[in-house]
Order: sequence, then C-alpha cells, then structure tokens
Amino acid sequence: MAAAENYPADLKYHSEHDWARIEGAEAVFGITWKAQDMLGELVFFQPPAVGATVTKDGAYGEIESVKAVSDLVAPLSGKVIQVNDKLQSAPETINDDPYGEGWLVRIELADPAEADALLDVEAYKQLLVEE
Amino acid sequence: MPGLKRTPLFDRHLALGARMVPFAGYEMPVFYEGVIGEHKAVRTGSGVFDASHMGVLEIAGPGTHQGLQRLLSNDLDRIGAGEAQYELMTNEQGGIVDDLIVYRRDEESYLVIVNASNCETDVKWLTDRLPQSVDFRDVSDDRALIAVQGPGALKRLGLEPARSFTFAEIELFGVPCICARTGYTGEAGCELVCAADSAVKLWDAILAAGVAPCGLGARDTLRLEACLPLHGQDITPKTDPISAGLGWAVALGKEFTGIERLRQIAAEGPSKRLVPFVMDQPGIPRQGMSIVPYGEVTSGSHSPMLDIGIGMGYVEAKKSEPGSMLTIDVRGRPLWAVVVTKPVYTSSRKYTDKKGEW
Repeated sequence: MAAAENYPADLKYHSEHDWARIEGAEAVFGITWKAQDMLGELVFFQPPAVGATVTKDGAYGEIESVKAVSDLVAPLSGKVIQVNDKLQSAPETINDDPYGEGWLVRIELADPAEADALLDVEAYKQLLVEE
Repeated sequence: MPGLKRTPLFDRHLALGARMVPFAGYEMPVFYEGVIGEHKAVRTGSGVFDASHMGVLEIAGPGTHQGLQRLLSNDLDRIGAGEAQYELMTNEQGGIVDDLIVYRRDEESYLVIVNASNCETDVKWLTDRLPQSVDFRDVSDDRALIAVQGPGALKRLGLEPARSFTFAEIELFGVPCICARTGYTGEAGCELVCAADSAVKLWDAILAAGVAPCGLGARDTLRLEACLPLHGQDITPKTDPISAGLGWAVALGKEFTGIERLRQIAAEGPSKRLVPFVMDQPGIPRQGMSIVPYGEVTSGSHSPMLDIGIGMGYVEAKKSEPGSMLTIDVRGRPLWAVVVTKPVYTSSRKYTDKKGEW
C-alpha cells in the first residue's frame, strides 16, 4: 500500500528528490515521496557496491518502475558502508515506506559540512510547489 | 493538456483518479491504481481499457475487397462476413506502414481499426491507392473503442465464448455495438466499438459489472508478455513482417504492395529476426538498448507475472532459436538474457517445454 504524501522535518533534501538522514558521521539516503510517486511502482533497485565512493550531486545507483528508469543522486559525498538488501526482493518497499524500511544506502560522510547546501523540509516543499 | 485530443471517456478517467499522459496525440490514462495490479487483474480476472484513441475506418462499395487485397498482406478471400483478420500494410520495400485488423461486414464492406499514431498516415496511404468507387470514411471521432480482456471478461459481460477473430453487432447493456473477439493482451475477451455518445453508458455498465479499469501502462506490459508487436517499436516502415515473425499474416501467393521484396526475404531467410527474451540476471531491458554485438531491444519492461525483465528485439538469425543466450547492454552493464518461444506469458499459455522455456 503506497504511503500518503509526507516529508519528515528531520531530513535534509536534494532538489533531485533524494533525502539524507544525518546520523553523526554517517548518513542514510533515500528518495522522497514525490520521487516514488512520479516513478510509480518500483520494481528494481541497482545499488552501488559496499565500499564504493559516492559524490554529492552524482549518480550512485538506479531505480526502475515498470515504465521508467531513474538515477539515484547522492545528496552528500562519502563511502557506502551498507545497502538495503531487502529491496532486492521487495523494491516496492520504497513506495510503501520511502523514509523508513525503503531506505537505500548508508554512507560514511566525507565532509559533513556539505549538508549545509541541502534543503530543509520547508525549502523542499517550496520547490515542489514551484515545480 | 494543450493540443491534445480527449476520448469520450476523459471525464470518467479523471473521476477514477487516473494518471493522464500524452499518447498518440491524445490525453490518455496510463494507470488508475497502478500498472502491476491492473496487469494482474487482466491475467487473472478481467480488465477494461479505453482504446478510443485508435483509428476506426469504414470502407465500403464496389472495389473495396480487391482494393484492400492489393494493399494488405493477408488473404482477405479467407474470411467471410463476421470474420476479422490481422494485416500488415507494407510499402514497396516490404516495410511495415502499419499493422491493423480488418473486420469484414459484407462482400464489399469492411471496418478497419488502425494504430492511433498512424491513423493519419494510413488514411492518406489508403485513400491514395483505393479505387475512386470506394466510399472511405474515417469515423475515429464518432466512435469509442472499449476493450474488455481477461479469463473472466466474457462472463462479467454475460457473453458466451465465440471463436477468436469473429464479430457480431449486438446490444450490450442497452448500447448497440460491434462486439469483436479480438484484443491486445493475449487473453480472451472482446473489443467493443460503439457510438462516441454512448461510450460513457457502456463504460459505466462494464465497471458496474465488476471489471477493473486498466490504463495504457498495463496494456503495454500485457501485450509484451503476450509477444504482440507494437508498431513504431517492434515493427516499423524499416522492418519487414518476415523478419518480425509475422510471416503467418503474409500471403506470399497473392499480389500486394511490397510482395516481391517479401518473397525474396522469405526465400533467402532474414538476416535478423525479432525474438522474445527473458533476462537471466537482475535488470530490466529497455527500448533502444544494444543486444551485443549486432542487435537492438525494441520493447522491454518488467514482467509483472514473472517478476523479471523481459523484452523483444532483433538479433542475428543464428541467435534467434529459443534457448540462445543474448548479452544486453543495460546502461553499461552486460547482462545475460535467453531467447524464448511466444508467448512469454498469458494465463493459458506459458513456458511449457524445456527448449529455452521454464
């Protein structure tokens, strides 16, 4: 069952509809409700390898719905330390719970100060209105 | 959306909460609840599609039969009144201008249903080549086309099964319509052609009978699992019916536009063939991806029934046998796929033997 539209206040947002939850020197990435809604039911997640380096604003993996493919854009730079393996067999979890069980990767941050450039929830919601 | 046409069911789609997209010049529903659920409804029960964007042509009068015989690939002498036939309309090079279904109403009277995106081209192609004595009417804007498909479809409508590719003029839920036993999903069911102004009444009654509304997204995944080609992707004016595996719809013994070239291709054997395949590794093939080294994916998607990537594409003839392994370049990742027999999946026919099948 798809989640209802919502944007948690404790996350940082990237304009490409990706989110980061910063937890000390680490961060968890995912896609926003808007992103999963635009794509539709997700059927495939191509994750980066554990140990891979991701760069802020760069593509780090792909997700696919029945009809569309989308690059995953890293909100922050760092090294992948964990990927959500559950999504291999159940990618629809991203639709069901985009900010919880549907998280994508956990990274070790290269430069926590990069987070200053991300959007807070109010700025992201404003972006959605403008789009 | 500016510049786009609407079908008579447009308001119904909005009321059902459909996601609307531009398609072939129309604003059409891509899904209501979701592609996967709608797809499965058609494979296991019943679903209804608004296909009113498709072109509907009425061609009648002296010379109609012979005129169409000279332009279409299949042998119209093999069907009588109340029967339908799948056709390729080919150019001088044997390339496919469009694929279409003709419904023979009488000796000299045909209903022809063509792809929405080719309707204008087809009308010009046909009117330029049919004899002057023929009465040609493009009635696309005056008709609605509603497809009801699935193993449970006919029962929901209270219709008895009938032979595939036949049709009759009936009254359904009080609406006069042509009920054709044709479709684009690989399932049993019918396609209903009615007057545009009675489309809403018919649609509402079909939904009230418990049939699930389905959008173009499911229509595409269903036709792909059933290995039915889509003109503009799998077949085009640059591809021929023999290479596309549609030789069964080409009467090589009769004379029609493009026949000389098609006889030559059939005699020599095509250098490439359109084949269905399923992925042997996680990943989804998409239109335009390379089948290494010499082929190309023409349609690709996730299969809702098999939960893996499937597709169709042109490959070298020597790689076209079921069981042949292909390498598909999925955005830089070379992934294995295996050629299979048709169909990849319908509710009544799936992989049943061992040769490249499950």
